[in-house]
Amino acid sequence: MADKVFALPNVQTPSVPVKINPDKCIGCNTCVETCQIDVFIPNPKKGAPPIILHAEECWYCGCCATDCPTPGAMEFNWPLPLKPRWRNKETGVVSQLK
Amino acid sequence: MGTWHEYFKAEGTPPEWPYPIKFGEESEYETDVVVLGGGIAGCWAAISAARSGAKVAMFEKGDVRRSGAGGPGCDHWCNVPGNPLSRVEPDDWAIQEMNSLGDFSNGIGIQIQCREDYDTLLEMEQMGGKIRDDKDEFVGVEGRDPETKLMFSPRYSVDGSLAPAEGWGKPGFNPPEKRNNTVIRIWGSTFKPILKRECKKLGVNIIERTMATRILNENGRQGARVVGATGINARTGEFIIVKAKAAIIATSGSGFVYYFDSEHGGISTMYSRNQTGDGTVMAWKAGAKLTMMECSGASRFSGGLRHKWYTGGGDASYENVPLVDANNKRLPAPIQGWEDGGAMFSPQARIIAQIREGVKHGEYKLPFYGDFAAMKPEEAHATWDLMLNEESTTKVMVKTMTEGGFDKYSDQIMNYTLIEMQPSQQYRDAGSGGGIMTDWDLMTNVEGLFAAGMSTYSPGDHSYAAATGRYAGRKAAAYAKRVEQGEISREEIDREKKRVLAPTKRCGGIEWKELNVGVNRVMQYFASEFKNEEMLNLALEEIARIEENAVPQLFALDPHKLMRSLECLSIIEYAKIALNAMKERRLSSPKLRIERQDYPDADPEELKNYLALHLENDEIVFERIPIRFWGNMKEQYEAHNQDYTGVYKG
Ligand SMILES: Cc1cc2nc3c(=O)[nH]c(=O)nc-3n(C[C@H](O)[C@H](O)[C@H](O)COP(=O)(O)OP(=O)(O)OC[C@H]3O[C@@H](n4cnc5c(N)ncnc54)[C@H](O)[C@@H]3O)c2cc1C
Ligand code: SF4
Ligand code: SF4
Repeated sequence: MADKVFALPNVQTPSVPVKINPDKCIGCNTCVETCQIDVFIPNPKKGAPPIILHAEECWYCGCCATDCPTPGAMEFNWPLPLKPRWRNKETGVVSQLK
Repeated sequence: MGTWHEYFKAEGTPPEWPYPIKFGEESEYETDVVVLGGGIAGCWAAISAARSGAKVAMFEKGDVRRSGAGGPGCDHWCNVPGNPLSRVEPDDWAIQEMNSLGDFSNGIGIQIQCREDYDTLLEMEQMGGKIRDDKDEFVGVEGRDPETKLMFSPRYSVDGSLAPAEGWGKPGFNPPEKRNNTVIRIWGSTFKPILKRECKKLGVNIIERTMATRILNENGRQGARVVGATGINARTGEFIIVKAKAAIIATSGSGFVYYFDSEHGGISTMYSRNQTGDGTVMAWKAGAKLTMMECSGASRFSGGLRHKWYTGGGDASYENVPLVDANNKRLPAPIQGWEDGGAMFSPQARIIAQIREGVKHGEYKLPFYGDFAAMKPEEAHATWDLMLNEESTTKVMVKTMTEGGFDKYSDQIMNYTLIEMQPSQQYRDAGSGGGIMTDWDLMTNVEGLFAAGMSTYSPGDHSYAAATGRYAGRKAAAYAKRVEQGEISREEIDREKKRVLAPTKRCGGIEWKELNVGVNRVMQYFASEFKNEEMLNLALEEIARIEENAVPQLFALDPHKLMRSLECLSIIEYAKIALNAMKERRLSSPKLRIERQDYPDADPEELKNYLALHLENDEIVFERIPIRFWGNMKEQYEAHNQDYTGVYKG
């Protein structure tokens, strides 16, 4: 199925407020219950990672990522235009969050 | 992995709606007190009503554990003049607060906050919330008291320091022995899960993922006493009826009347999508008086894809962090630190103009930075690991930036204050500072209907919400003990059920996002910085057209989108209330944040009054109520609280 091309509406912006690592996520759905917006729905497959359904409604509160009980399972993902930048005062090198 | 599209691509089919669909079905509960909104004010209201012996139910759109503006956390417990190290008296401080807010803010709520905020904080600690540096992590940080281990904040440490006070920045301007000590730094990210746990322990019937939609008046008569409330489950679509003797509105303000971005609808510094003014509108339809609905201020906080305040969008209000230019030259801006008594500079036109001039003439080189590296290490530690780590949505910023390599001792955060924080006049906060009017019991003119937190015309403090919620809870419980359950009208319920389910009957037409931005445009064009009678009439006519043509086309494909659709109907109603109030206020006044071309001045007599409005038989009734109608704050508070027993004793 993976190679099939479907006719789909555009993807919302920003599309991926958090990234879920399927190898680490235990599908406990804590994030589904934590999110006040219902950005996620549980996966129909028990134990599989939740599905991001209402991505564009995320208010970037971070609660899902900070409350996820499984280290490395969920990574908060600032949208591209909001990625913070900082500078090392001594070297002057400017960095930005990936 | 994890997005809907990825799932679709892998499975070749969309996931089925994961919750049982119950459109048309009903559940009914009976209780003494029903709380609408399970944020800070709502949780405290539920806890204190339950502790006062009442049976309590609470509606909440999200999950109470992290819902509301205070769900992720809070690092400032504001206005605690009752704490043992405060240098001001609570009653004097309440007067001072009212003076600094101008005549127009909720003096009753502020008096309650000043009197009971410390007790509320101690109850937070009793339940397990962290309010002091008991592990000695911040020894040596300014404002930390070694005895109590309470940590005072520089914020507002000088009287009335929302703006820089006289002489700020000069050496010796804010010496330790003169500070008022009225704001305490706290570990607020622990609070909301604790409040939920306590609600459960006390047997509160928490009706989560459910949007309250209507207050029920006795026999369905507008203005009659409260007999319950209705709601709709945002996962199942089930219709919920709660019979109750008293209701407490704790749904906060409205973030989406003037602006909403249909692509990035959720991103916002101060509100999540769930705060859409529903409570104000429910109170209005029930016949309660609202006030200050004519006010609207240009929003300085980010919405849409603007940087959040702390990731560089705001002034260097990361407490104590100096703002510097690209050459590390200090900008002439306060930093919400000790040296300026915690003042903000973003609303100060004079300071912004000075910085802009400096940029123009090469005095200050862009970009700017929040200079953590210039701070004493222990202060950088406190700002980063206490303040920002606890202040709500900033916790995840600390986490992600630390993981990404930011070092609080040697780095500087890039700052876009001159871009992001400049208000665009058309992006406004509707009814800013406006809301539901109450008496000294926090009860409205509708018997049995109470209000707390930001849904009252009040400042936006976490601790204000907590203290007023706690107060409304015990008053509502006392009221419920005195009265019998009144008659609900099945006809009213059927009408409401039909209204809320209407968008589910269609699967094409106008979706909620389009409706939201459509209303926003009307407000932006016709009720922006400058207003006049014709413009306000145009706005009302346009909204009437939207109601006639667009609302009947509103469609919702599932219960979640149904909730979003119903929120838009709240937004429409909220806009109409605001427009009518703006029309009725024939004056211009910075105090009331209204500017009318056709009435450039203000009759001083008119400025001595609140404009209150409410519905009688669905007709708007306007009223002038004298400012400070609440009387002597100290005396009135005492007269109404002779039975107050202080911190909960179990
Ligand atoms: C980033 C950020 C930082 C902040 N920092 C501080 C700080 O350090 N100190 C401070 O004093 N304040 C701070 N605040 C402000 C503080 O969080 C708010 O003032 C406080 O949360 C207001 O409480 P409330 O109960 O009135 O509203 P909220 O806590 O927002 O709760 C309202 C609740 O009502 C629910 N609701 C709305 N409509 C309905 C409906 N129709 N049916 C059911 N439920 C509904 C919402 O889902 C929400 O949970 C901060 C806010 C933000 C966003
Ligand atoms: S909380 Fe973490 S582990 Fe649990 S489902 Fe969500 S991402 Fe997976
Ligand atoms: S960041 Fe907040 S709003 Fe966004 S998905 Fe996570 S919990 Fe939900």
